[in-house]
Amino acid sequence: MRDKPMIDPEFSSIWTLWKNGQIDLTTPLRSPGHQPLQALKEVEKYRPRHSWEAYSQYVRKSTLLYKIAATILCCIFITLMLLTVANLPRYGDPNAPTINEVSERYIEEGTEETGAVNTVAGMILDYRAFDTLGESFVLFTAVCSVAVLMNLSGKRQHIKHTKELINYADDMIVRGVCRLLVPVILLFGIYILLNGHLSPGGGFSGGAVLGAGLIIYSMVWGEEKASRVFPAKLVRLVVFCSLAFYCLAKSYSFYTGANHLPFLIPEGAPGHILSGGLIMPLNVAVGFVVCFTMYSFYMFFRRGRL
Amino acid sequence: MITAFRIILLASLVICAIGTAIVKKPMHAIIIYMAYSVIMSIIWVLLESPDLAITEAAVGAGVTGILFFLTLHRINLIDKDAEHDSRKEDEGEGESDHAR
Amino acid sequence: MEQLFGNLLYNYEEVVAVILFSIGFCILLFSRNLIKKVVGLDIMDTGVFLLLASRGYIAGRHVPIIVDGITTAEYYINPIPAGLVLTGIVVSVSVSALMLSLTVRIYRTYHTLDVDSLYMMMSVSKGGKQ
Repeated sequence: MRDKPMIDPEFSSIWTLWKNGQIDLTTPLRSPGHQPLQALKEVEKYRPRHSWEAYSQYVRKSTLLYKIAATILCCIFITLMLLTVANLPRYGDPNAPTINEVSERYIEEGTEETGAVNTVAGMILDYRAFDTLGESFVLFTAVCSVAVLMNLSGKRQHIKHTKELINYADDMIVRGVCRLLVPVILLFGIYILLNGHLSPGGGFSGGAVLGAGLIIYSMVWGEEKASRVFPAKLVRLVVFCSLAFYCLAKSYSFYTGANHLPFLIPEGAPGHILSGGLIMPLNVAVGFVVCFTMYSFYMFFRRGRL
Repeated sequence: MITAFRIILLASLVICAIGTAIVKKPMHAIIIYMAYSVIMSIIWVLLESPDLAITEAAVGAGVTGILFFLTLHRINLIDKDAEHDSRKEDEGEGESDHAR
Repeated sequence: MEQLFGNLLYNYEEVVAVILFSIGFCILLFSRNLIKKVVGLDIMDTGVFLLLASRGYIAGRHVPIIVDGITTAEYYINPIPAGLVLTGIVVSVSVSALMLSLTVRIYRTYHTLDVDSLYMMMSVSKGGKQ
């Protein structure tokens, strides 16, 4: 029993013949008494134009109309947006209306209330933690959708073209340089992640660098080895636990409605690594989600499964 | 001095964007897009946001570029697989004709 | 004339951001290859981020990381737009990944990346293979 081929043979042969102008789809392809092809029944329902020339002329005219309409739309858009930009406040103006009491509060009392020295990290993980949770969910949804779309499961796992897949580790320079670089990249990513509340960085930046490090690791050491070190169960478990931890850690405000709650990790001295309340664990959680998202994208595009 | 640097960077940003529109092969457009991402990362530093600079450099030039190249590679493999299938079909039909 | 142009001559970043948005929009509308459309979408995204984040810059002030115990708000730039853009950059890569996986699936069924051919094939076959 042969494997079902990927192209519909009837459809592809009709398409080739129609494109070359050899058949006219208004007349049946087989003599009466035989069953017409399945795809032809659909075509007769649709009633296309009378010949290939007429149909291609129709497509060309509608393409021209589309191009003219698109140009006019683009010109209108550009003019409107440039007029808007002309009326915006001046670049670097300290009296702009976007600088109001909200940003003053975040800067002046940010360190006391959140314990973070990096104001941006303190803002997105303490004052506006709900937005970051929503964004982590967006990443998770994207990974699930890509997994559904790119999944090669069952018989197709043993794809015939595995010998055509480019093996990145064949090249000597790539192999030698990356074996030196990968530990450094992973270490740098962990540093950015843990120091999110003290210096530029945080969950997203650290997670992206860690993800890039994992991608290079699986390129050079081989996907089999990488999928043994990070099996699908581990990735799923870590991502789920990180998201669940973030949910639980920051949903107390739905029940208490208060700004702070005395919590396990104290605010600490600003500048110390163990400070900032829950900001460091949340950074680590977001970093894991981003890192495994990038790694999963790579594995699904390359192999079809983790 | 800094203004001149800003203007040069912004102008090269526009040139890169127009470049992706003009080139014919999608592979070249992707390479120009990666250069565009790196220039954008420097502009984030000039606008005093280092978090954005690190993220844009890792994500724009790194991960998005890799995803584009993997897509092109997979499309190539689908082509080779279809060729392989149609060749096997031709051989299969030839054999069944002989068997009859 | 000054009133008509306003601040166009001073806000270089915003003008370039609007130009990038429109270039990305034109690439999205006019190109025939599906992959170049995804690149156009990415360029539109970065144009929007440039417009947003340049609203937070104040001339002569520093990065919003508290140093030397100075907590007055006149010493630092506005940190709020940077926080918004940080989320946006990561969401943009998710959208690109999803679009590219859809492109691969389209290619697996129709074996072409050209939009006009796809339109003709889809209208004839009314949904591809059964």
